Order: sequence, then structure tokens, then C-alpha cells
Amino acid sequence: MTTIQNADQATIVEELAAVIVANKAFLSEIDGKIGDGDHGINMAKGFGRAAERIHGKDMTLDAAMLVLSDVLMSEIGGSMGPLYGLMFEDMAGALTGREVIDAATFSTMLNAGLEGVRGVGSAEVGDKTLMDTLVPAVAAFDAAQGQGFAAALRAMAAAAETGRDSTIDLVAKIGRASRLGERSRGVLDAGATSCCMILTTLAQSVQRRLA
Amino acid sequence: MQRFINNPDDLVDETVAGFVKVHRDLVHLDAGNPRVVVSNAAPQQGRVGIVTGGGSGHEPAFIGYAGRNMVDAVAVGELFSSPTAKSFADAIRAADGGAGVAVLYGNYAGDNMNVKMAARMVAREGIEVATVVANDDVCSAPPGERAKRRGVAGEIFMWKIGGAKAAQGASLAEVQAAAQKAIDACRSVGVGLGPCTLPGVGHPNFQIEPGTMEVGIGHHGEPGTRVEALKTANEVADDMLKIVMEDHALPAGTELAVLVSGLGATPVNELYVLYDRIEAGLTAMGMGIHRALVGNYFTSLEMVGATLTVMALDAELKALLDLETASPAL
Repeated sequence: MTTIQNADQATIVEELAAVIVANKAFLSEIDGKIGDGDHGINMAKGFGRAAERIHGKDMTLDAAMLVLSDVLMSEIGGSMGPLYGLMFEDMAGALTGREVIDAATFSTMLNAGLEGVRGVGSAEVGDKTLMDTLVPAVAAFDAAQGQGFAAALRAMAAAAETGRDSTIDLVAKIGRASRLGERSRGVLDAGATSCCMILTTLAQSVQRRLA
Repeated sequence: MQRFINNPDDLVDETVAGFVKVHRDLVHLDAGNPRVVVSNAAPQQGRVGIVTGGGSGHEPAFIGYAGRNMVDAVAVGELFSSPTAKSFADAIRAADGGAGVAVLYGNYAGDNMNVKMAARMVAREGIEVATVVANDDVCSAPPGERAKRRGVAGEIFMWKIGGAKAAQGASLAEVQAAAQKAIDACRSVGVGLGPCTLPGVGHPNFQIEPGTMEVGIGHHGEPGTRVEALKTANEVADDMLKIVMEDHALPAGTELAVLVSGLGATPVNELYVLYDRIEAGLTAMGMGIHRALVGNYFTSLEMVGATLTVMALDAELKALLDLETASPAL
């Protein structure tokens, strides 16, 4: 099988949340080097709250993503609230009404999420933001689709990691770290790092369910 | 970390809860959103509403400037983190008296996004929104890139002018123009002597070595333009004044509003020491001081340091600045 059911997949979002919550201190630590050190706190607060609300519920993947989106946009704020909030809202929108999720649907979902982020943020690849992870990861999934869903997920995760690591050598062009100019070079971007956690966990979670 | 905290996650809600109790004569919590503080005078039918918002940890900003002839509603964010789009939207709704709402806020990525989303939300309900983005912090970008500069304590003057203009019954476009003129007339600089700690993090996320100071530091500890040996108060005051006035290029005889704000942990008396020297410097340049404010008006948790804001006044700004107001902080 190269599909997953959309129904009863709240646990996928719970798994994303678990990784973010477990990395709360790490994300804050890297954010603290060039930002104000609250990335992990606010991300863990939002993802943790969403996980509590969907725990044990029989929800489709899109419904669970909408809960996460709503918490991020209406309770967390900051920069990550609207960026990830819109990403998950638009990802969910692409899944609405689908019974099964195949590679093509997953691609539509990823691209919708990417467009959601573009709709509110203004960053491009190379600006040292989550776009450095998200854009190549989505492109890698699309490029590897012909090799099957599982292979495309692996390609997405690998590209996300490469994208995350690319931010080390970049100078921030946007957001709080951009005020540092050259001083922002040499450290990971916190948003690119959390985005990588989300995408790699998503890839693993979906792969495990590809029965 | 020696702080008065229960659970760091509850800190903002508890701050706001205490604040609206103390200042119940002037402000209240929005009925539907505990992250929106509303002036008791708002909304006023037929009058332009004034909204601001920003991360917490800057008290008395932003909530302290909700009041009569000032800000009508304030969106409250997590510590050093933008309020949600929903909170900005609820603040806009609370301030709306049918004549449109001016959102006057600082230039930070999160605030820009959340205000933009909020404006989209309320547009669907027929509320017209105009925005002015404060960018008074001189050291955060070179003169040629003023649009990239952060908003800092100059926002207080922007709110005061915008609120006064709205109180006079001006249109949304006129309020926006007055607030824009106010922030364009402002230049600010910060000097940090000691870092601040987000309670949820538990340790400072930047360091200022003993015996040094960071010139041009931002309201969240964003690095300044230089780190140097700590000088005497008079020398620091001279440096701050030089940075602000070189960027401003004002003709002699200009009348000014001057604000010296502590960043949280600097003794207030030291702010007066700085002000004494700053006024002497301005007088020597031939400037007139129309009004001066000294105190903890816009802080950064327990950062040690101060900001200087100088606003150049014309007759309109002077009259608007002088219009009486009643808010917890001003």
C-alpha cells in the first residue's frame, strides 16, 4: 500500500507535538544565540496545548491539524504563530474531504502549506528562516514522487535536514536575527530547525502508517 | 534568577489580571479576550479608534497607555513575543466606533504579520484599518534604511499624538498622518549595562560583561552597534545625544519633547542624572525643551540601561502633545 487513511490520524499531530515539546530547551537555546530565546517556549506551549486537545480523539489528519493551527494563531502569536498556523491551516485545507492520502495528495498538502507561509511571511530561501528548510523539502518530495510515497518522504526529510543545516552559514535577512547582520552567521536558525523537526517527524509518522 | 514568579507560563495573564485591578478606573479586560486591555473611554461612536499591541515584559508599555485620549485597546502578547492576530483583531473590534481604527505599533516581524492578518479579519466585518509602524531606533539600521529600524520608546509619543488627534474628531487618514508625522519626528537610542532573563528560559540570552556597556541595544537585547568600556553618566548621556541628534539634523531653535526611559533595573535617580546632562547638551545646541519625561516608561524586563527619545515638535504636534490625557502610565 502506498497510501494512509485520513481518518483517525490525530496521533500524527501528537507525534509532532511530542518532538517539539521534547526539544523545548534546545530550540530556545539556539534561538537565544541570535534571537531572544523564546522559540522553544512558545512552540512547546502551542504544540503541547494542541496535543492535549486532540489526545484520544477520533479525528482526521486535517481536523487535528486545524486544532494545532487554531492554537498557534489564536493563542501563541509571535512570528511562529501566524507562520506555522497558516501552514497547518492550508495543509489541512488540502486534505479536507479526502478519505485516503496518497503521494499526490500529500504533495498538494505540502505545497498548500508552503503557499500559506508565503501568504503571510516575506522570506525567501537564503534569508535564514524556516523557508530554508521548507522550500527544498517540498521540492524534494515532489521530485521523488515517482519513486513512491515512502521514498518521497525520505527525500523530503533528507532535504529538510540539509536545508536546516544550510542556515548555519547564512546571514539573517529577516526577523529579529536580521538586526545582527554578520553576527548571525555561524548558528542554526531556530525556525529552520523547528520546521525540520516537524517535517522529519511527519515523514517518519506517515511512513510508519504506510501499510 | 531572583524573581517574583509562580508558573512562568502564567506570568502574562497574572500581570494583566493585576494591572486591570489596579487601574479599574481607567481600563478593563475585553469581555471576550483576556489578552486585550480596553480603555474605559472606548469605543467612542464616530471617533477613530486607536490600537496598539506588543509583547509583554515592557511594562508599563503597552497596556499602560490605554486610556482617555490615548490608546483605546491594547493587544497583549507573550513575553517579548507578538500578540496573536486574534488579539489584535479583538482589540480593533473593541476600539471601533464606526470611524475606522488606527493600529500604531512597532516594527517587528511578528507584529507586522499579526497586524496584517488582523486587518484582514476585521475588513470582512467592515472595519477600516490604517497602520503606522514605529521605527525610531536609530542604531537598528542605517539612515538609508529607516524602514528596517525597530520601534522603541518613540511609540509612546506616536500613541499620544494619534490618540489626541482622534480625540479631536479627525478622520482615519488624518489620525494616521499625525501618528506618522509623530514617529517620523522621533529618534531613539538605547544603552544597555546588564542583560535580562525570560523567566521561561531561566538565564540571560545575552551577556554584557561587567565594566562594559552596549551602545545601541534594542528593547529585547538585540545587539547594539558597539560594546565599550562603561563611561561616566555624563559621557554616556553625551554619546546618546550625539547618536540621536546626528541622525535627526534639526535646526537650532527647534522645540523638543524628550523622553528618558529606564529599561527596568536602572535606578530612577540615575535617569535624572542622564537627563540633567542631556538637557544641558540640547540647550547648548540651541534647542528648546517643550516637555520632558523621565522614568520607567518602556522597559525590557530587568535589563539595566536606558533609552533616550527626542521628538522634534511643530505647532500641531505641540498642541496634540499638550492635550490632556488619562492613562495608567501617562
